[in-house]
Amino acid sequence: MSGFLSIRNLTVHLRGGGPILRAVTMDVAPGQVHGLVGESGAGKSMIGKAVLGTLPRALEITGGEIWLDGVDLLALAPAARRKQIGATAALIPQDPLTALNPGKRIGPQITRRLVDILGWRKSDAEARARDLLDEVHIPDPVRVMRSYPHELSGGMRQRILIASAFAAEPRLIIADEPTTALDVTVQKQILRLISDMQTRHGTALLFVTHDLGVVSKVCDTLSVLYAGKVVENARMRRFFMRPIHPYSAALLAATPIYTDPDRGLTPVPQTVIDAVEREVEHHDVRAGA
Amino acid sequence: MRDARGDVRRPIGLRLWLSGGWLALLTVAALCAPWLAPKDPLMQDLFLGRMPPFWMEGAEPGYLLGTDSLGRDVLSRILYGARLALIVALVAGTLTCVIGATLGLMAGYYRGWTDRVISRFVDIWMAFPPVLFAILLIAVLGPGLVSIIIAIVIIDWTRFARVIRAEAMSQGAMDYVASAQVAGRTRFGTMLTEILPNVLPTIIALLTLEMGIAVIVEAILSFVNLSISTDSPTWGGMIAEGRTSVHQAWWVLVFPLITLFLTVLSFSQLGEGLKDRFDPVLR
Repeated sequence: MSGFLSIRNLTVHLRGGGPILRAVTMDVAPGQVHGLVGESGAGKSMIGKAVLGTLPRALEITGGEIWLDGVDLLALAPAARRKQIGATAALIPQDPLTALNPGKRIGPQITRRLVDILGWRKSDAEARARDLLDEVHIPDPVRVMRSYPHELSGGMRQRILIASAFAAEPRLIIADEPTTALDVTVQKQILRLISDMQTRHGTALLFVTHDLGVVSKVCDTLSVLYAGKVVENARMRRFFMRPIHPYSAALLAATPIYTDPDRGLTPVPQTVIDAVEREVEHHDVRAGA
Repeated sequence: MRDARGDVRRPIGLRLWLSGGWLALLTVAALCAPWLAPKDPLMQDLFLGRMPPFWMEGAEPGYLLGTDSLGRDVLSRILYGARLALIVALVAGTLTCVIGATLGLMAGYYRGWTDRVISRFVDIWMAFPPVLFAILLIAVLGPGLVSIIIAIVIIDWTRFARVIRAEAMSQGAMDYVASAQVAGRTRFGTMLTEILPNVLPTIIALLTLEMGIAVIVEAILSFVNLSISTDSPTWGGMIAEGRTSVHQAWWVLVFPLITLFLTVLSFSQLGEGLKDRFDPVLR
Protein backbone atom coordinates (compact mmCIF):
# COMPACT_ATOMS: atom_id res chain seq x y z
CA MET A 1 0.00 0.00 0.00
CA SER A 2 1.67 3.14 -1.13
CA GLY A 3 -0.84 5.94 -1.49
CA PHE A 4 -3.09 8.12 0.61
CA LEU A 5 -5.89 6.46 -1.29
CA SER A 6 -5.06 2.92 -2.35
CA ILE A 7 -7.53 0.87 -4.23
CA ARG A 8 -6.72 -2.82 -4.41
CA ASN A 9 -8.53 -5.24 -6.73
CA LEU A 10 -11.80 -3.38 -6.33
CA THR A 11 -14.57 -5.31 -8.02
CA VAL A 12 -18.10 -3.99 -8.36
CA HIS A 13 -21.03 -5.92 -9.79
CA LEU A 14 -24.50 -5.02 -10.87
CA ARG A 15 -26.67 -6.76 -8.29
CA GLY A 16 -27.44 -10.09 -9.89
CA GLY A 17 -25.61 -9.03 -13.05
CA GLY A 18 -22.27 -8.53 -14.71
CA PRO A 19 -19.14 -6.75 -13.49
CA ILE A 20 -18.90 -2.95 -13.63
CA LEU A 21 -15.38 -2.65 -12.19
CA ARG A 22 -12.90 -5.46 -12.70
CA ALA A 23 -10.16 -5.72 -10.05
CA VAL A 24 -9.28 -2.04 -10.17
CA THR A 25 -5.97 -1.18 -8.55
CA MET A 26 -4.60 2.34 -8.28
CA ASP A 27 -2.90 4.73 -5.88
CA VAL A 28 -3.25 8.41 -5.19
CA ALA A 29 -0.21 9.75 -3.38
CA PRO A 30 -0.62 12.44 -0.70
CA GLY A 31 -0.80 15.90 -2.22
CA GLN A 32 -0.72 14.58 -5.78
CA VAL A 33 -3.21 14.77 -8.59
CA HIS A 34 -4.22 11.47 -10.07
CA GLY A 35 -6.15 11.45 -13.34
CA LEU A 36 -8.67 8.76 -14.11
CA VAL A 37 -9.46 8.60 -17.81
CA GLY A 38 -11.58 6.36 -19.97
CA GLU A 39 -14.47 6.51 -22.37
CA SER A 40 -18.03 7.09 -21.27
CA GLY A 41 -19.29 4.03 -19.48
CA ALA A 42 -15.83 2.73 -18.59
CA GLY A 43 -16.69 3.03 -14.90
CA LYS A 44 -14.65 6.12 -14.02
CA SER A 45 -17.32 7.76 -11.89
CA MET A 46 -18.15 4.47 -10.19
CA ILE A 47 -14.64 4.30 -8.73
CA GLY A 48 -15.17 7.70 -7.12
CA LYS A 49 -18.59 6.68 -5.90
CA ALA A 50 -17.29 3.42 -4.47
CA VAL A 51 -14.66 5.32 -2.50
CA LEU A 52 -17.17 7.85 -1.17
CA GLY A 53 -19.80 5.25 -0.42
CA THR A 54 -22.39 6.72 -2.78
CA LEU A 55 -22.70 3.88 -5.27
CA PRO A 56 -26.19 3.52 -6.70
CA ARG A 57 -28.22 0.89 -4.92
CA ALA A 58 -28.20 -1.32 -7.98
CA LEU A 59 -24.44 -1.87 -7.61
CA GLU A 60 -22.53 -3.75 -4.98
CA ILE A 61 -18.87 -4.06 -4.11
CA THR A 62 -17.99 -7.72 -4.43
CA GLY A 63 -14.31 -7.69 -3.68
CA GLY A 64 -11.13 -5.76 -3.04
CA GLU A 65 -9.97 -3.12 -0.59
CA ILE A 66 -10.15 0.66 -0.46
CA TRP A 67 -7.49 2.08 1.84
CA LEU A 68 -8.05 5.69 2.80
CA ASP A 69 -5.46 7.23 5.08
CA GLY A 70 -4.33 3.82 6.27
CA VAL A 71 -7.79 2.43 6.97
CA ASP A 72 -9.58 -0.16 4.85
CA LEU A 73 -12.99 1.45 4.31
CA LEU A 74 -14.63 -1.78 3.30
CA ALA A 75 -13.67 -3.41 6.57
CA LEU A 76 -15.42 -0.70 8.61
CA ALA A 77 -18.99 -0.69 9.86
CA PRO A 78 -21.22 1.76 7.94
CA ALA A 79 -21.23 4.44 10.66
CA ALA A 80 -17.46 4.35 11.13
CA ARG A 81 -16.96 4.35 7.36
CA ARG A 82 -19.15 7.46 6.96
CA LYS A 83 -17.16 9.17 9.65
CA GLN A 84 -13.82 8.26 8.14
CA ILE A 85 -14.93 9.43 4.70
CA GLY A 86 -16.52 12.59 6.03
CA ALA A 87 -13.37 13.53 7.93
CA THR A 88 -10.84 12.85 5.17
CA ALA A 89 -12.50 13.13 1.78
CA ALA A 90 -14.75 15.45 -0.17
CA LEU A 91 -16.40 15.55 -3.56
CA ILE A 92 -16.51 18.11 -6.34
CA PRO A 93 -19.53 16.90 -8.27
CA GLN A 94 -20.11 16.85 -11.98
CA ASP A 95 -23.18 18.96 -12.36
CA PRO A 96 -23.20 22.18 -10.35
CA LEU A 97 -26.87 22.68 -11.18
CA THR A 98 -28.04 19.73 -9.14
CA ALA A 99 -25.28 19.61 -6.57
CA LEU A 100 -26.63 22.35 -4.35
CA ASN A 101 -29.88 21.89 -2.50
CA PRO A 102 -32.31 24.26 -4.25
CA GLY A 103 -34.24 24.85 -1.03
CA LYS A 104 -31.37 26.06 1.13
CA ARG A 105 -29.20 29.13 1.19
CA ILE A 106 -25.58 28.80 0.10
CA GLY A 107 -24.04 29.63 3.50
CA PRO A 108 -25.35 26.69 5.50
CA GLN A 109 -24.57 24.34 2.64
CA ILE A 110 -20.89 25.23 2.90
CA THR A 111 -20.70 25.29 6.67
CA ARG A 112 -22.69 22.06 7.11
CA ARG A 113 -19.69 19.79 7.15
CA LEU A 114 -17.67 22.03 9.44
CA VAL A 115 -20.41 22.20 12.00
CA ASP A 116 -21.68 18.62 11.67
CA ILE A 117 -18.47 16.65 11.47
CA LEU A 118 -15.73 18.82 12.85
CA GLY A 119 -17.90 20.41 15.52
CA TRP A 120 -16.94 23.99 14.72
CA ARG A 121 -18.84 26.91 16.18
CA LYS A 122 -21.28 28.37 13.70
CA SER A 123 -19.66 31.81 13.60
CA ASP A 124 -16.22 30.32 12.96
CA ALA A 125 -17.61 28.15 10.20
CA GLU A 126 -19.22 31.17 8.59
CA ALA A 127 -16.02 33.19 8.72
CA ARG A 128 -14.21 30.25 7.16
CA ALA A 129 -16.83 29.99 4.40
CA ARG A 130 -16.42 33.70 3.62
CA ASP A 131 -12.65 33.29 3.32
CA LEU A 132 -13.06 30.30 1.05
CA LEU A 133 -15.51 32.07 -1.24
CA ASP A 134 -13.01 34.88 -1.43
CA GLU A 135 -10.35 32.36 -2.32
CA VAL A 136 -12.40 31.04 -5.25
CA HIS A 137 -12.85 34.61 -6.48
CA ILE A 138 -16.50 35.08 -5.69
CA PRO A 139 -17.40 38.74 -5.40
CA ASP A 140 -19.40 39.78 -2.34
CA PRO A 141 -19.28 36.47 -0.41
CA VAL A 142 -21.60 37.75 2.29
CA ARG A 143 -24.41 38.30 -0.18
CA VAL A 144 -23.74 35.05 -2.00
CA MET A 145 -23.98 33.10 1.25
CA ARG A 146 -27.46 34.48 1.74
CA SER A 147 -28.52 33.58 -1.82
CA TYR A 148 -30.35 30.52 -3.02
CA PRO A 149 -28.67 28.40 -5.70
CA HIS A 150 -31.16 29.46 -8.40
CA GLU A 151 -29.92 33.02 -8.08
CA LEU A 152 -26.41 32.10 -9.21
CA SER A 153 -24.90 31.05 -12.52
CA GLY A 154 -23.45 27.60 -13.23
CA GLY A 155 -19.86 28.84 -13.01
CA MET A 156 -20.54 30.54 -9.68
CA ARG A 157 -22.13 27.39 -8.34
CA GLN A 158 -19.16 25.28 -9.38
CA ARG A 159 -16.85 27.73 -7.58
CA ILE A 160 -19.01 27.44 -4.51
CA LEU A 161 -18.85 23.66 -4.70
CA ILE A 162 -15.08 23.84 -4.96
CA ALA A 163 -14.92 26.13 -1.95
CA SER A 164 -17.24 23.80 -0.13
CA ALA A 165 -15.12 20.74 -0.96
CA PHE A 166 -12.02 22.42 0.48
CA ALA A 167 -13.87 23.78 3.51
CA ALA A 168 -12.98 21.06 5.99
CA GLU A 169 -9.41 20.75 4.68
CA PRO A 170 -9.95 17.19 3.48
CA ARG A 171 -6.81 15.34 2.49
CA LEU A 172 -8.45 13.80 -0.55
CA ILE A 173 -10.83 15.37 -3.01
CA ILE A 174 -12.57 13.46 -5.71
CA ALA A 175 -13.47 15.65 -8.66
CA ASP A 176 -15.99 13.85 -10.86
CA GLU A 177 -15.73 15.51 -14.29
CA PRO A 178 -16.02 18.90 -12.63
CA THR A 179 -16.00 20.82 -15.90
CA THR A 180 -18.18 18.82 -18.28
CA ALA A 181 -21.41 20.61 -17.37
CA LEU A 182 -19.91 24.05 -17.84
CA ASP A 183 -19.30 26.05 -20.92
CA VAL A 184 -15.92 25.96 -22.56
CA THR A 185 -14.86 29.45 -21.56
CA VAL A 186 -15.65 28.78 -17.90
CA GLN A 187 -14.10 25.31 -17.98
CA LYS A 188 -10.59 26.64 -18.24
CA GLN A 189 -11.00 29.02 -15.30
CA ILE A 190 -12.52 26.31 -13.13
CA LEU A 191 -9.75 23.92 -14.02
CA ARG A 192 -7.11 26.46 -13.10
CA LEU A 193 -8.95 27.22 -9.89
CA ILE A 194 -9.08 23.57 -8.84
CA SER A 195 -5.43 23.18 -9.67
CA ASP A 196 -4.45 26.31 -7.70
CA MET A 197 -6.53 25.34 -4.70
CA GLN A 198 -5.06 21.84 -4.76
CA THR A 199 -1.51 23.18 -4.80
CA ARG A 200 -2.19 25.70 -2.06
CA HIS A 201 -3.94 23.27 0.24
CA GLY A 202 -1.73 20.29 -0.58
CA THR A 203 -4.74 18.05 -1.04
CA ALA A 204 -4.61 14.75 -2.89
CA LEU A 205 -6.93 14.90 -5.86
CA LEU A 206 -8.55 12.11 -7.83
CA PHE A 207 -9.52 13.76 -11.07
CA VAL A 208 -12.10 11.86 -13.10
CA THR A 209 -12.34 12.98 -16.71
CA HIS A 210 -12.50 11.78 -20.29
CA ASP A 211 -10.33 14.62 -21.52
CA LEU A 212 -6.66 13.74 -21.88
CA GLY A 213 -5.89 17.38 -22.59
CA VAL A 214 -7.15 18.29 -19.13
CA VAL A 215 -5.20 15.45 -17.58
CA SER A 216 -1.97 16.62 -19.18
CA LYS A 217 -2.42 20.05 -17.60
CA VAL A 218 -3.24 19.13 -14.02
CA CYS A 219 -2.24 15.56 -13.19
CA ASP A 220 0.91 13.95 -11.81
CA THR A 221 -0.13 10.34 -12.37
CA LEU A 222 -2.99 8.65 -14.15
CA SER A 223 -4.94 5.47 -14.70
CA VAL A 224 -6.55 4.49 -17.97
CA LEU A 225 -9.77 2.56 -17.64
CA TYR A 226 -11.46 0.39 -20.21
CA ALA A 227 -14.69 -1.49 -19.50
CA GLY A 228 -14.10 -1.30 -15.78
CA LYS A 229 -10.53 -2.56 -15.99
CA VAL A 230 -7.40 -0.50 -15.45
CA VAL A 231 -5.25 -1.04 -18.53
CA GLU A 232 -2.44 1.25 -17.44
CA ASN A 233 -1.24 3.07 -14.32
CA ALA A 234 1.46 5.56 -15.17
CA ARG A 235 3.31 8.71 -14.26
CA MET A 236 2.29 11.63 -16.41
CA ARG A 237 5.52 12.31 -18.34
CA ARG A 238 6.17 8.72 -19.10
CA PHE A 239 2.60 8.19 -20.25
CA PHE A 240 2.63 11.01 -22.76
CA MET A 241 6.04 10.07 -24.08
CA ARG A 242 5.73 6.29 -24.12
CA PRO A 243 2.30 4.84 -23.38
CA ILE A 244 2.72 1.14 -22.72
CA HIS A 245 -0.70 -0.28 -23.38
CA PRO A 246 -1.84 -0.19 -27.03
CA TYR A 247 -5.22 1.20 -25.94
CA SER A 248 -3.49 4.08 -24.14
CA ALA A 249 -1.43 4.77 -27.22
CA ALA A 250 -4.52 4.76 -29.43
CA LEU A 251 -6.37 7.01 -26.99
CA LEU A 252 -3.46 9.42 -27.01
CA ALA A 253 -3.34 9.40 -30.78
CA ALA A 254 -7.09 10.14 -30.86
CA THR A 255 -6.71 13.29 -28.76
CA PRO A 256 -6.89 16.48 -30.82
CA ILE A 257 -3.91 18.78 -30.46
CA TYR A 258 -4.95 22.40 -30.33
CA THR A 259 -1.64 23.73 -31.60
CA ASP A 260 -1.93 21.57 -34.69
CA PRO A 261 -5.49 21.99 -35.91
CA ASP A 262 -4.75 20.59 -39.36
CA ARG A 263 -3.96 17.17 -38.02
CA GLY A 264 -6.99 14.94 -38.57
CA LEU A 265 -8.68 13.05 -35.75
CA THR A 266 -7.67 9.42 -35.46
CA PRO A 267 -10.33 7.19 -33.99
CA VAL A 268 -9.19 4.33 -31.76
CA PRO A 269 -8.63 1.49 -34.29
CA GLN A 270 -11.00 -1.45 -34.16
CA THR A 271 -8.10 -3.88 -33.77
CA VAL A 272 -7.05 -2.16 -30.55
CA ILE A 273 -10.61 -2.22 -29.23
CA ASP A 274 -10.87 -5.93 -30.06
CA ALA A 275 -7.59 -6.56 -28.28
CA VAL A 276 -8.73 -4.78 -25.11
CA GLU A 277 -12.07 -6.57 -25.24
CA ARG A 278 -10.20 -9.88 -25.39
CA GLU A 279 -8.05 -8.83 -22.49
CA VAL A 280 -11.16 -7.96 -20.46
CA GLU A 281 -12.79 -11.30 -21.37
CA HIS A 282 -9.64 -13.12 -20.44
CA HIS A 283 -9.66 -11.35 -17.10
CA ASP A 284 -13.26 -12.40 -16.49
CA VAL A 285 -12.45 -16.01 -17.33
CA ARG A 286 -9.57 -16.01 -14.89
CA ALA A 287 -11.63 -14.34 -12.21
CA GLY A 288 -14.44 -16.81 -12.78
CA ALA A 289 -12.14 -19.84 -12.54
CA MET B 1 -24.63 37.26 -12.39
CA ARG B 2 -27.61 37.28 -10.12
CA ASP B 3 -30.58 35.65 -11.77
CA ALA B 4 -33.31 38.20 -12.31
CA ARG B 5 -36.05 35.75 -11.42
CA GLY B 6 -34.91 35.85 -7.83
CA ASP B 7 -35.63 39.55 -7.61
CA VAL B 8 -39.17 39.52 -8.85
CA ARG B 9 -41.52 39.78 -5.93
CA ARG B 10 -44.47 37.73 -6.94
CA PRO B 11 -47.79 39.22 -5.88
CA ILE B 12 -49.82 36.98 -3.61
CA GLY B 13 -52.45 36.93 -6.30
CA LEU B 14 -56.19 37.01 -6.49
CA ARG B 15 -56.37 33.24 -6.43
CA LEU B 16 -54.73 32.95 -3.02
CA TRP B 17 -56.73 35.85 -1.61
CA LEU B 18 -60.09 34.58 -2.77
CA SER B 19 -59.60 30.95 -1.81
CA GLY B 20 -57.89 31.79 1.47
CA GLY B 21 -60.60 34.35 2.25
CA TRP B 22 -63.43 31.92 1.65
CA LEU B 23 -61.82 29.25 3.81
CA ALA B 24 -61.09 31.75 6.59
CA LEU B 25 -64.71 32.88 6.47
CA LEU B 26 -65.89 29.30 6.62
CA THR B 27 -63.60 28.53 9.56
CA VAL B 28 -64.93 31.49 11.50
CA ALA B 29 -68.48 30.46 10.61
CA ALA B 30 -67.83 26.92 11.81
CA LEU B 31 -66.18 28.01 15.04
CA CYS B 32 -68.85 30.58 15.88
CA ALA B 33 -71.84 28.68 14.51
CA PRO B 34 -73.72 28.71 17.86
CA TRP B 35 -73.53 32.50 17.98
CA LEU B 36 -73.79 33.28 14.28
CA ALA B 37 -76.61 30.97 13.37
CA PRO B 38 -79.88 32.86 13.55
CA LYS B 39 -81.89 29.76 14.43
CA ASP B 40 -81.48 26.34 15.96
CA PRO B 41 -80.49 24.18 12.96
CA LEU B 42 -82.64 21.30 14.21
CA MET B 43 -85.72 23.28 15.13
CA GLN B 44 -88.63 22.28 12.97
CA ASP B 45 -91.67 24.40 12.32
CA LEU B 46 -94.05 22.79 9.91
CA PHE B 47 -96.01 26.01 9.47
CA LEU B 48 -92.88 27.65 8.05
CA GLY B 49 -91.97 24.88 5.59
CA ARG B 50 -90.34 25.82 2.27
CA MET B 51 -90.11 29.54 2.92
CA PRO B 52 -88.11 31.24 0.11
CA PRO B 53 -84.90 33.26 0.71
CA PHE B 54 -85.16 36.86 1.84
CA TRP B 55 -85.28 38.64 -1.52
CA MET B 56 -88.21 36.66 -2.82
CA GLU B 57 -91.85 37.26 -2.31
CA GLY B 58 -93.36 35.53 0.68
CA ALA B 59 -90.07 35.31 2.62
CA GLU B 60 -90.30 34.97 6.39
CA PRO B 61 -88.20 37.53 8.29
CA GLY B 62 -85.32 35.91 10.19
CA TYR B 63 -84.91 33.05 7.69
CA LEU B 64 -82.35 34.61 5.36
CA LEU B 65 -81.85 31.70 3.00
CA GLY B 66 -85.29 30.23 3.44
CA THR B 67 -86.36 27.00 5.09
CA ASP B 68 -86.57 23.37 4.05
CA SER B 69 -89.67 21.21 3.93
CA LEU B 70 -89.60 20.73 7.70
CA GLY B 71 -89.28 24.45 8.34
CA ARG B 72 -85.62 24.34 9.42
CA ASP B 73 -83.44 27.37 8.67
CA VAL B 74 -81.17 26.69 5.66
CA LEU B 75 -78.52 29.24 6.67
CA SER B 76 -78.17 27.85 10.18
CA ARG B 77 -77.91 24.34 8.84
CA ILE B 78 -75.19 25.37 6.39
CA LEU B 79 -73.23 27.00 9.21
CA TYR B 80 -73.47 23.94 11.42
CA GLY B 81 -72.71 21.72 8.42
CA ALA B 82 -69.45 23.65 7.97
CA ARG B 83 -68.28 22.34 11.33
CA LEU B 84 -68.49 18.75 10.29
CA ALA B 85 -67.06 19.46 6.84
CA LEU B 86 -64.03 21.26 8.28
CA ILE B 87 -63.37 18.72 11.01
CA VAL B 88 -63.38 15.95 8.41
CA ALA B 89 -61.21 18.02 6.07
CA LEU B 90 -58.66 18.80 8.74
CA VAL B 91 -58.39 15.46 10.52
CA ALA B 92 -58.82 13.15 7.55
CA GLY B 93 -56.64 15.36 5.34
CA THR B 94 -53.81 15.50 7.87
CA LEU B 95 -53.86 11.80 8.68
CA THR B 96 -53.95 10.86 5.01
CA CYS B 97 -51.08 13.20 4.36
CA VAL B 98 -48.89 11.94 7.17
CA ILE B 99 -49.37 8.29 6.35
CA GLY B 100 -49.17 8.63 2.57
CA ALA B 101 -46.29 11.07 2.51
CA THR B 102 -44.20 9.03 4.95
CA LEU B 103 -44.60 5.87 2.91
CA GLY B 104 -44.03 7.73 -0.36
CA LEU B 105 -40.90 9.42 0.93
CA MET B 106 -39.46 6.13 2.14
CA ALA B 107 -40.27 4.34 -1.10
CA GLY B 108 -38.86 7.10 -3.27
CA TYR B 109 -35.71 7.67 -1.27
CA TYR B 110 -34.70 4.22 -0.08
CA ARG B 111 -35.77 2.48 -3.31
CA GLY B 112 -34.90 -1.23 -3.34
CA TRP B 113 -37.21 -3.63 -1.58
CA THR B 114 -38.82 -0.87 0.53
CA ASP B 115 -39.99 0.72 -2.68
CA ARG B 116 -41.10 -2.57 -4.17
CA VAL B 117 -43.23 -3.50 -1.17
CA ILE B 118 -44.84 -0.06 -0.83
CA SER B 119 -45.42 0.41 -4.55
CA ARG B 120 -47.02 -2.99 -5.03
CA PHE B 121 -49.22 -2.26 -2.05
CA VAL B 122 -50.26 1.05 -3.60
CA ASP B 123 -51.01 -0.64 -6.93
CA ILE B 124 -53.21 -3.24 -5.30
CA TRP B 125 -54.94 -0.60 -3.21
CA MET B 126 -55.72 1.58 -6.19
CA ALA B 127 -57.43 -1.27 -7.99
CA PHE B 128 -60.40 -0.89 -5.61
CA PRO B 129 -63.07 1.54 -6.83
CA PRO B 130 -62.81 4.31 -4.23
CA VAL B 131 -66.44 5.28 -3.59
CA LEU B 132 -67.63 1.70 -3.46
CA PHE B 133 -64.77 0.91 -1.14
CA ALA B 134 -65.77 3.80 1.12
CA ILE B 135 -69.39 2.71 1.27
CA LEU B 136 -68.31 -0.81 2.04
CA LEU B 137 -66.02 0.42 4.81
CA ILE B 138 -68.73 2.51 6.39
CA ALA B 139 -71.12 -0.39 6.19
CA VAL B 140 -68.60 -2.48 8.12
CA LEU B 141 -67.47 0.22 10.56
CA GLY B 142 -70.94 1.64 11.09
CA PRO B 143 -71.78 5.30 10.40
CA GLY B 144 -70.18 8.05 12.47
CA LEU B 145 -67.52 10.74 12.29
CA VAL B 146 -64.64 8.41 13.12
CA SER B 147 -65.71 5.93 10.47
CA ILE B 148 -65.81 8.63 7.82
CA ILE B 149 -62.33 9.78 8.71
CA ILE B 150 -60.97 6.25 8.73
CA ALA B 151 -62.61 5.54 5.38
CA ILE B 152 -61.09 8.63 3.79
CA VAL B 153 -57.63 7.86 5.13
CA ILE B 154 -57.78 4.26 4.00
CA ILE B 155 -58.94 5.19 0.52
CA ASP B 156 -56.76 8.17 -0.20
CA TRP B 157 -53.30 7.64 1.30
CA THR B 158 -52.17 6.19 -2.03
CA ARG B 159 -52.53 9.58 -3.69
CA PHE B 160 -49.83 11.00 -1.42
CA ALA B 161 -47.68 7.91 -1.55
CA ARG B 162 -47.51 7.96 -5.33
CA VAL B 163 -46.83 11.63 -5.85
CA ILE B 164 -44.35 12.01 -3.00
CA ARG B 165 -42.53 8.85 -4.06
CA ALA B 166 -41.94 10.34 -7.51
CA GLU B 167 -40.78 13.64 -6.03
CA ALA B 168 -38.46 11.97 -3.56
CA MET B 169 -37.03 9.85 -6.34
CA SER B 170 -36.18 12.81 -8.54
CA GLN B 171 -34.71 14.76 -5.62
CA GLY B 172 -32.82 11.71 -4.39
CA ALA B 173 -31.00 11.38 -7.70
CA MET B 174 -29.53 14.89 -7.40
CA ASP B 175 -25.88 15.36 -6.56
CA TYR B 176 -26.60 17.42 -3.47
CA VAL B 177 -27.94 14.32 -1.79
CA ALA B 178 -24.70 12.48 -2.54
CA SER B 179 -22.77 15.48 -1.20
CA ALA B 180 -24.70 15.38 2.04
CA GLN B 181 -23.90 11.72 2.43
CA VAL B 182 -20.22 12.22 1.72
CA ALA B 183 -20.31 14.87 4.42
CA GLY B 184 -21.21 12.17 6.89
CA ARG B 185 -25.01 12.27 7.04
CA THR B 186 -26.83 9.02 7.52
CA ARG B 187 -29.35 8.06 4.87
CA PHE B 188 -32.21 8.72 7.24
CA GLY B 189 -30.77 12.08 8.25
CA THR B 190 -30.32 13.04 4.61
CA MET B 191 -33.93 12.18 3.93
CA LEU B 192 -35.17 14.41 6.71
CA THR B 193 -32.87 17.39 6.21
CA GLU B 194 -32.31 17.44 2.44
CA ILE B 195 -35.23 15.71 0.74
CA LEU B 196 -38.19 16.46 3.00
CA PRO B 197 -37.88 20.27 2.89
CA ASN B 198 -37.82 20.14 -0.91
CA VAL B 199 -40.89 17.97 -1.24
CA LEU B 200 -42.75 19.88 1.46
CA PRO B 201 -44.36 22.35 -0.99
CA THR B 202 -45.78 19.41 -2.91
CA ILE B 203 -46.98 17.83 0.30
CA ILE B 204 -48.75 21.04 1.29
CA ALA B 205 -50.36 21.43 -2.12
CA LEU B 206 -51.57 17.84 -1.96
CA LEU B 207 -52.75 18.30 1.59
CA THR B 208 -55.06 21.18 0.72
CA LEU B 209 -56.27 19.28 -2.32
CA GLU B 210 -56.91 16.30 -0.09
CA MET B 211 -58.92 18.45 2.31
CA GLY B 212 -61.19 19.39 -0.58
CA ILE B 213 -61.54 15.74 -1.50
CA ALA B 214 -62.33 14.85 2.10
CA VAL B 215 -65.15 17.41 2.06
CA ILE B 216 -66.55 15.86 -1.11
CA VAL B 217 -66.31 12.31 0.19
CA GLU B 218 -68.05 13.35 3.38
CA ALA B 219 -70.79 15.00 1.32
CA ILE B 220 -71.15 11.90 -0.85
CA LEU B 221 -71.48 9.69 2.19
CA SER B 222 -74.02 12.03 3.77
CA PHE B 223 -75.88 12.12 0.48
CA VAL B 224 -76.34 8.37 0.57
CA ASN B 225 -77.12 8.66 4.26
CA LEU B 226 -74.01 6.85 5.46
CA SER B 227 -72.52 9.77 7.30
CA ILE B 228 -73.12 10.62 10.94
CA SER B 229 -76.60 10.46 12.47
CA THR B 230 -79.27 12.15 10.40
CA ASP B 231 -80.19 14.84 12.89
CA SER B 232 -76.90 16.72 12.76
CA PRO B 233 -76.88 18.88 9.65
CA THR B 234 -74.42 18.03 6.89
CA TRP B 235 -74.08 19.61 3.46
CA GLY B 236 -74.44 16.25 1.73
CA GLY B 237 -77.55 15.47 3.75
CA MET B 238 -79.05 18.87 2.89
CA ILE B 239 -78.36 18.31 -0.79
CA ALA B 240 -80.03 14.92 -0.61
CA GLU B 241 -83.11 16.44 1.07
CA GLY B 242 -83.18 19.40 -1.29
CA ARG B 243 -83.11 17.13 -4.30
CA THR B 244 -86.53 15.73 -3.47
CA SER B 245 -88.15 19.16 -3.39
CA VAL B 246 -86.12 20.99 -6.00
CA HIS B 247 -89.22 21.98 -8.01
CA GLN B 248 -90.95 23.55 -5.05
CA ALA B 249 -87.98 24.92 -3.10
CA TRP B 250 -84.77 25.10 -5.14
CA TRP B 251 -82.95 26.99 -2.37
CA VAL B 252 -82.78 23.96 -0.11
CA LEU B 253 -80.64 22.27 -2.76
CA VAL B 254 -78.76 25.19 -4.27
CA PHE B 255 -77.29 26.97 -1.23
CA PRO B 256 -75.50 23.98 0.30
CA LEU B 257 -74.41 23.00 -3.19
CA ILE B 258 -72.83 26.41 -3.80
CA THR B 259 -71.15 26.32 -0.40
CA LEU B 260 -69.75 22.87 -1.08
CA PHE B 261 -68.58 23.88 -4.53
CA LEU B 262 -66.84 27.03 -3.32
CA THR B 263 -65.18 25.19 -0.45
CA VAL B 264 -63.74 22.42 -2.57
CA LEU B 265 -62.66 24.88 -5.25
CA SER B 266 -60.98 27.05 -2.62
CA PHE B 267 -59.05 24.13 -1.19
CA SER B 268 -57.68 23.13 -4.57
CA GLN B 269 -56.88 26.70 -5.60
CA LEU B 270 -55.19 27.38 -2.28
CA GLY B 271 -53.00 24.34 -2.75
CA GLU B 272 -51.98 25.34 -6.26
CA GLY B 273 -51.36 28.92 -5.23
CA LEU B 274 -49.21 27.97 -2.24
CA LYS B 275 -47.16 25.58 -4.33
CA ASP B 276 -46.45 28.20 -6.97
CA ARG B 277 -45.43 30.64 -4.35
CA PHE B 278 -43.28 28.63 -2.02
CA ASP B 279 -41.77 25.85 -4.06
CA PRO B 280 -38.01 26.50 -4.17
CA VAL B 281 -37.56 23.70 -6.67
CA LEU B 282 -39.82 25.40 -9.20
CA ARG B 283 -37.86 28.63 -9.03
